[in-house]
Amino acid sequence: MSKPLISVRGLTKKFGDFTAVDGIDFDVAKGESFGLLGPNGAGKSTTMRILAATSTRTSGTVEILDKDPELFGPLVRAHLGVVPQQDNLDNELTVSENLFIYGRYFGLSKKFIKNKIEELLEFAQLEEKRDVKVEALSGGMKRRLTIARGLVSEPDILLLDEPTTGLDPQARHILWDRLFRLKEQGVTLVLTTHFMDEAEQLCDRLVVMDKGAIMAEGSPAGLIKQYSSKEVLEVRFGSDRNKEVAPQLATMCERMETLPDRLLMYTEDGEALLEKITHAGMHATTSLVRRSSLEDVFLRLTGRTLIE
Amino acid sequence: MRTAVEIAVSRKSSAMYAGRPHVLLERGWLAFRSSTWIPVVTGFLEPVLFLLAFGYGMGTLIGDVTTGTTTMDYTLFIAPGLLANSAMNGAIYDSTWNVFWKLNESKLYKTMLSTPLGPLDIALGEITWALIRGLVYSLGFLTVVTALGLTPSFWAILAIPAASLVAFGFASFGMAITSFFKTYQQMGFINFVLLPMTLFSGSLYPISVYPDWLERIIMALPLWHGIEMVRAFWFGNISSGVLVHIAYFLVMIATGLFVTSRRLRALFLR
Ligand SMILES: Nc1ncnc2c1ncn2[C@@H]1O[C@H](COP(=O)(O)OP(=O)(O)OP(=O)(O)O)[C@@H](O)[C@H]1O
Ligand SMILES: [Mg+2]
Repeated sequence: MSKPLISVRGLTKKFGDFTAVDGIDFDVAKGESFGLLGPNGAGKSTTMRILAATSTRTSGTVEILDKDPELFGPLVRAHLGVVPQQDNLDNELTVSENLFIYGRYFGLSKKFIKNKIEELLEFAQLEEKRDVKVEALSGGMKRRLTIARGLVSEPDILLLDEPTTGLDPQARHILWDRLFRLKEQGVTLVLTTHFMDEAEQLCDRLVVMDKGAIMAEGSPAGLIKQYSSKEVLEVRFGSDRNKEVAPQLATMCERMETLPDRLLMYTEDGEALLEKITHAGMHATTSLVRRSSLEDVFLRLTGRTLIE
Repeated sequence: MRTAVEIAVSRKSSAMYAGRPHVLLERGWLAFRSSTWIPVVTGFLEPVLFLLAFGYGMGTLIGDVTTGTTTMDYTLFIAPGLLANSAMNGAIYDSTWNVFWKLNESKLYKTMLSTPLGPLDIALGEITWALIRGLVYSLGFLTVVTALGLTPSFWAILAIPAASLVAFGFASFGMAITSFFKTYQQMGFINFVLLPMTLFSGSLYPISVYPDWLERIIMALPLWHGIEMVRAFWFGNISSGVLVHIAYFLVMIATGLFVTSRRLRALFLR
């Protein structure tokens, strides 16, 4: 195997006494799409900022293209396209000026950027807003512009911190499609997300983070296979009865999780399990059979749901 | 077409510097083009109004001033001092309030530091932008003064490089101080210092009128050095004392740049 593009060992970040990132290790190979998945406060953004060479670490090592981002900040950042969690556009400038000046920060020629702007305005579907001050854009438009801006320098590595938060479903799918195409062109993607479907769609490999630590690592399918069953039967008996029937139901499946409003039963065949329950004389008020998702992996690993 | 990476490699970028401070000027120009002109005009007018009010108002009462061995018309006496003031005002305008806003509200520097730019690029670029405003103010002032027939000779043009040095010093130092401030109240402190310094630094009368102790305090302040330096070039009285003033500003510039770039790193790359 060739040397990884990004290599992280024992990475720790403390803010005072508080440990935000607690000794994590991972590698990202060239052309790979790598995800950090985890709930609020897991340490995803902190990790991303360290990769982006805009934050220092407390201990551990980080190498991006064989370079320590702390020692070679500008050089490492020249390889990166960064989309931070919070849009940080230049409010004093227009849409196209934002793209233009950002390219200039990278030292790119004016001619190159002028051509690139056309492409990026189309990418972000902001052609009609090109001469509008960014203050006047909607939240989703700002997000799209921030993402487009990250592509001005044609980066080798794209760091996306919750890229689709605030986008409508259509814009999300368009973005997934664009990211997929970038990946086909050999761009390495590192992204964080709360959205299971996004992680499953976009990531070749991901780590599940919680409280600054990595709980598991693998491909989305691999993780589901390892930590969950093929199918999940979700049943509701009404909030009071859920608890009553839980002990009996638990014996009928491989594993069960009791959530406040529903029971999740892990099994290879959901329909068959539902029949069995009905036979046993228990009638669920609602039931749903679905495939296991990363959400279930997360629940298994941490005992908590990812969103909510 | 060179890629961002090739450019970064060819520039031998270090952790602090990517060799590209001029892009800050480009950004400054883009933002300036569409901003309002009112603060620019008022900032420029201030010393002009001082010149008119004191020169033609007070000047009529005072008549001539004697410093050392030379005696001159009061309006002529205050013109170079106000030129130094003008350079300072222009430089301070950008390097304090505008910088404060970009540090704390718009987070512009934080964004810039997520690109290959380094803290020293930002410090140099922003300070140069402020310096240019100081220079423009002093050129404007020189034009007014010349139109009023107050320039002693063509060589008064040499006062402009001196005024640039004054602007550079205040821009650099102003940005360094601002980088420590987090609240608007703290920023008010800057005006609190500037106003008395402007009034007492000898642009309106020779500081020899002060008691000894006050004179010494004033002579430690940058504006007095600026005024004396500009005045020396203005009247062509170049002596070795000018070297002290120049050295004072060179130290101020270097300190400001050093502190500002360190502070930017401490604030946004930690
Ligand atoms: N500058 C800071 N100073 C102090 N604590 C911080 C700082 N930045 C982050 N933290 C803390 O570190 C922890 C991890 O934060 P981080 O932003 O990395 O989480 P996250 O996984 O990105 O969460 P989210 O999904 O909400 O974006 C949080 O508890 C946060 O309060
Ligand atoms: Mg985050």
